[in-house]
Amino acid sequence: MTTQEIELKALMLASLEGDSASHRALLDGLSRRLRAYYKGKLARFGRGAVEAEDLVQEAVLAIHLKRHTYDPAEPLTAWVHAIARYKLIDFLRRTRKSISDVPIEEADTIMAHDDNVDAESTYDVRRLMEQLPKNMRCSIEAVKLDGLSIAEAAKRCGISEPGVKMSIHRGLKTLAAMIARETQA
Amino acid sequence: MKTDELVTLLSTNLEPVDRRPIARTLYVALAAGSIVALGLSLVGLGVRSDLTTAHAFIFLVMKLAFAFGIVGLALVYLTKLARPGGERKTPSFLVIMPFLVIVVLAGISLALAPSSHWEKMIVGDQWLECLISIPIIAIVPFAISMWVVRRAAPTDLARAGAFAGLAAGGVSAMAYALHCTDDSLPFVAVWYGGTIVLCTLAGTALGPRLLRW
Repeated sequence: MTTQEIELKALMLASLEGDSASHRALLDGLSRRLRAYYKGKLARFGRGAVEAEDLVQEAVLAIHLKRHTYDPAEPLTAWVHAIARYKLIDFLRRTRKSISDVPIEEADTIMAHDDNVDAESTYDVRRLMEQLPKNMRCSIEAVKLDGLSIAEAAKRCGISEPGVKMSIHRGLKTLAAMIARETQA
Repeated sequence: MKTDELVTLLSTNLEPVDRRPIARTLYVALAAGSIVALGLSLVGLGVRSDLTTAHAFIFLVMKLAFAFGIVGLALVYLTKLARPGGERKTPSFLVIMPFLVIVVLAGISLALAPSSHWEKMIVGDQWLECLISIPIIAIVPFAISMWVVRRAAPTDLARAGAFAGLAAGGVSAMAYALHCTDDSLPFVAVWYGGTIVLCTLAGTALGPRLLRW
């Protein structure tokens, strides 16, 4: 097992417990690897850094939203790779490119390289958020952008605390779906 | 937007994740689906009236065992396939075992019977009802299991859909068995086995569309 796997898995386990700093470090580390992975893959389809960045963000969102499906008995690398590859194939299908030439690969390829030159993606999350239903938008803005606690957000948005948590989760899911639609071109 | 901003957004005020095992959620979902299927079969078709005879009872148990074996195996695989990368370590040929067993048993029972009985043994009285009922009763269990699988994160959508269809077909066959009075192994092999395969194929076709996330 590589040291990366050990380090990132430790971060994953802590973030599943709700540790914000670990989650941030995990997503940072993974996004650098995802960027290198997607740039390499998309180069072969004549796509550039901006599309790669869209994919990085889709994958980061997916990793966040689906983190409950990670089984700590399994290596993190394999789990991340499966999600990254799934999002790549989904992207290629959406953009009507042939997917027959995405080769079978080892899970380790996802951890092979590191790329921290992040480009601007094609969408604007603030603009997308304006399309969200009121409670979802208010909850995400309060907790995720302004850093309020769940209780403070509940007061500001005029809904219950469980309502805030649910609105955040649903809102992020809806945002992920909007991003997938936006990056269809 | 920069990825860095997205990462900040996602990790601000993180909540601990709900770690309920996917397996348990799936079992609960299938149990709920079974109750609906059972209700539909009992209300729509009714229990067979001759259940007190040993012959009928033995055949009911046999049909249930066949369907239950399918549901059990399908659930084991579905639990794996619901997770990212689950298809990598899941060679799924074992699921043909219940089908293989019933086909062999059906063959033996045909070999032991005079050929003049064969048509009656294979076609039975209610083949059409069986052919229509099992897929219809399977709809609700299928919808529930697809919903649960989609909330996880399958990465082989056709295969995950297939196994959701297989599980739903098995559940439906269990419910239908309570009503069905065609007691012959070849009948079970052809009409139960066939309709469950149909449900599996429907799941394979619908998986990529319904399970996308």
